Amino acid sequence: MLKILKYSFYEMIRSRWIFIYSGFYLIASMALLLLSNDISKVLISLTNIIIILTPLIGILFGTIYYYNSKEFIQLLMAQALSRWSIFTGMYLGLAAALCISILIGIGIPLIAYGVLGSAELSLFLLLITMACVLSIVFSLMAFLIALKFDDKVKGLSISIFVWLFFAIIYDGIFLLLLLGFKEYPLDKLTISMIVLNPIDLARILILMKLDMSAMMGYTGAVLSKFLGKNIGMIIISFSLLLWVILPLWTIRRVSMKKDF
Amino acid sequence: MISFQNLNKYYKKNHVIKGITLSINGPGIVALLGPNGSGKTTLLKSFLGMVLPSSGDILFNGESVLKQYSYRKQISYLSQISRFPDNLTVNELISFMKEIKPGKTREHQFIQMFNLQQELEKKMGSLSGGTRQKVNITLALMHDDPLIILDEPSTGLDPLSLKELKKFITEERERGKLIVITTHILSLAEALADDIIFLLEGHVFFNGSMSALLNDQGEINLENAIAHILKSTKKVKDAEDIKI
Repeated sequence: MLKILKYSFYEMIRSRWIFIYSGFYLIASMALLLLSNDISKVLISLTNIIIILTPLIGILFGTIYYYNSKEFIQLLMAQALSRWSIFTGMYLGLAAALCISILIGIGIPLIAYGVLGSAELSLFLLLITMACVLSIVFSLMAFLIALKFDDKVKGLSISIFVWLFFAIIYDGIFLLLLLGFKEYPLDKLTISMIVLNPIDLARILILMKLDMSAMMGYTGAVLSKFLGKNIGMIIISFSLLLWVILPLWTIRRVSMKKDF
Repeated sequence: MISFQNLNKYYKKNHVIKGITLSINGPGIVALLGPNGSGKTTLLKSFLGMVLPSSGDILFNGESVLKQYSYRKQISYLSQISRFPDNLTVNELISFMKEIKPGKTREHQFIQMFNLQQELEKKMGSLSGGTRQKVNITLALMHDDPLIILDEPSTGLDPLSLKELKKFITEERERGKLIVITTHILSLAEALADDIIFLLEGHVFFNGSMSALLNDQGEINLENAIAHILKSTKKVKDAEDIKI
């Protein structure tokens, strides 16, 4: 598995798209730093970019990468390797390349600016972690989608739809539910709906870290009460972990039964 | 060496391999022939573990290969691959395959045979289709394994390289290996094969030596014999259709 990981990582970091992706983050963070001298404001702007972009790029790269490697995967399958080690090796190479793009693109400018010595260090670390977690979760979903659907066009369309669902449609439904049931106590529903969407989870975690709960009214109070407790953090970590384990387990199940 | 026991494969409702029982023993060159969709590739892929049979068993040297993978250490398999990781160089791919499958290799023989010296540092994405096939052959055959499986080896090869490859294959036979080839180029099969397995609609239609096939069909060359089989089965089918 490690050998496959190594080569799939080599392959990925030499890809033009990974360069463009890191370059984009690099330019965006530098431009934001130039426009505003306040690190926390820069981090908020970056949050908005990351929340939308990392899932999209993760799911698109993942799907395209799988389809492009399909024939090579068949070549690997004729070797004395288990299916599981082929898929985890390929996947980890991709995830590592995506995470390194984020570390370079966002990490370098902010570290150069002196975020390590500032009060915003923990926010910065949380932001980077969430960006990596979102990349991991969505590229896993991408692998799963590509494994399930042999047709490239179908797979890509479903990937884009999944991203659209979690990034936009989910929040729309969420808001409608809140509006429709505003007469009832909604804190439990709110929290469970946030926990079920990795993008919302990342967004809320970062917003809460910013101490913006005061601006979010009652919801903010409920959330900060929830997140402030140990049980809240445990539930959130568990939910993020589930977002990794569940697709991984499904990939294993699907790949064991699939004809290549 | 390889033995299929009452093997069946369904792709959804499509019955592709219909209870094939077949033994292939070496040494020698066996050509696996049949029209498109007759189940050649499915048969090979199920032996290699890429396609999971619906029922039946496959043995390699007496042991079942289903759900196993270590048996593949002894197999050199040339697949019909046209896409490699674009950003790796030829040299990197060769060392990658050597890392995955340790053991003595003879890649230099192939690099010389196909004149690949100039291409070694180039990225796979920049190579022509023919050169990629040469790299594919190098990667697949550089290990010295007792069983060689070639799926359409002639695709994209120029005549000179094909000649060299044929020479290599016959040399491997002399060294006591079993070589299984699928091909659409009947002249290639005719020039190399000792035995022919002819698949038709998921059944083994013929399994025996080349001369027996020619005798059976009363033809002088493989092309005519195959054409004869296909025509006669078509007649039988038409007759059945009329009956219905």
